[in-house]
Amino acid sequence: MNPGKIIKNGLLDENPTFVQVVGMCPVLAVTTSATNAIGMGLSTTAVLVCSNFFISLLRNFIPSKVRIPCYIVVIASFVTIVQLLLEGFLPQLNASLGIFIPLIVVNCIILARAEAFAAKNTLAASVFDGVGMGAGFTAALLIVGSVREFLGNGSWFGLRILDSSFPRMTIMLLPPGAFITLACLMALLNYLRGRGGSQ
Amino acid sequence: MNLMAIFLGGIFVNNFVMAKFLGTCPFLGVSKKIETAVGMGIAVTFVMALASAVTYLVFYYILVPLNITYLYNIAFILVIAALVQLVEIFIKKSSPPLYQALGIYLPLITTNCAVLGVTVLNKTEGYNFLEAVVNGVAGGLGFMLVIVLLAGIRERIEYADIPAVFRGFPEALLSAGLMAIAFLGFTGLIG
Repeated sequence: MNPGKIIKNGLLDENPTFVQVVGMCPVLAVTTSATNAIGMGLSTTAVLVCSNFFISLLRNFIPSKVRIPCYIVVIASFVTIVQLLLEGFLPQLNASLGIFIPLIVVNCIILARAEAFAAKNTLAASVFDGVGMGAGFTAALLIVGSVREFLGNGSWFGLRILDSSFPRMTIMLLPPGAFITLACLMALLNYLRGRGGSQ
Repeated sequence: MNLMAIFLGGIFVNNFVMAKFLGTCPFLGVSKKIETAVGMGIAVTFVMALASAVTYLVFYYILVPLNITYLYNIAFILVIAALVQLVEIFIKKSSPPLYQALGIYLPLITTNCAVLGVTVLNKTEGYNFLEAVVNGVAGGLGFMLVIVLLAGIRERIEYADIPAVFRGFPEALLSAGLMAIAFLGFTGLIG
């Protein structure tokens, strides 16, 4: 087991958003600002690490026929914990992320990692996999969120960068902006990868 | 009138994919051909309507009396997973042709966030039973509308001369973005 390699795998080689293209709903929905993006990314990472830990711990006890319902119960429990913590300590963030916190349950990344990694690997490796995938997801959210907040509002993490007289691209904060930003970022990534010589 | 507003609003104004970003994964993943998009749309509409009805009963007749409403998320996802399984078994027995058409999409629906999304929204909006079911049907039809439209666009541009780096997901996302701009036109149509 090589922790560095597992984390790099999640962050770059198999980045959940840009390479695997799974769990797209939150990437599009909550990235209207960098702050929201980080909040969503960290909440998802917390659930991912905990559920990977628990599922890896129970991997020899869960019968394979009912494994998916078991995984879902584990994931849903951690999502409920995260949701109650956010409601209690960060009510403002909880309000702006809204329905997407309970919907972490159906984020395909978490179930996919449980099935593809945690169910077959040791405890420590599964935790590192959760950290890596979570970091990759958070990084992707942060990039999309930063681009949208900068173009749409002229700010970054709420700090004003462009003068307020500068025209804003309000559409970047609306749903179409999310689709178009992600399309351009993915095309850019394809371009860079093509130039690097590896397809 | 209220039901009509929920129905039309769910399809056009608050479209689940275009305005709320729910169900984006199948929207991008299963929209390469019109035929499969229609199949997915029908299956999702069916499950969303059923899930809205069942989770309403579970929430107000089981969770509320027991005072464990904070467990709604776990209860809802279990209901949906069980429901999808039941629907699959039922269709397999009763209508093999329909099973042939929908079979492969049904397991995917458990993790379609539009389904869990509509049940959570019904709860937060405080809809009554009828409103919840109408919201589920409208959400499903709205999903079907946009996934079929996107499949149509993607079939068209498959042979178009677009830059190589935009092939695949970027072109689908760009098409979806332009569709979302069109859907912005419905804003304010209903209350």
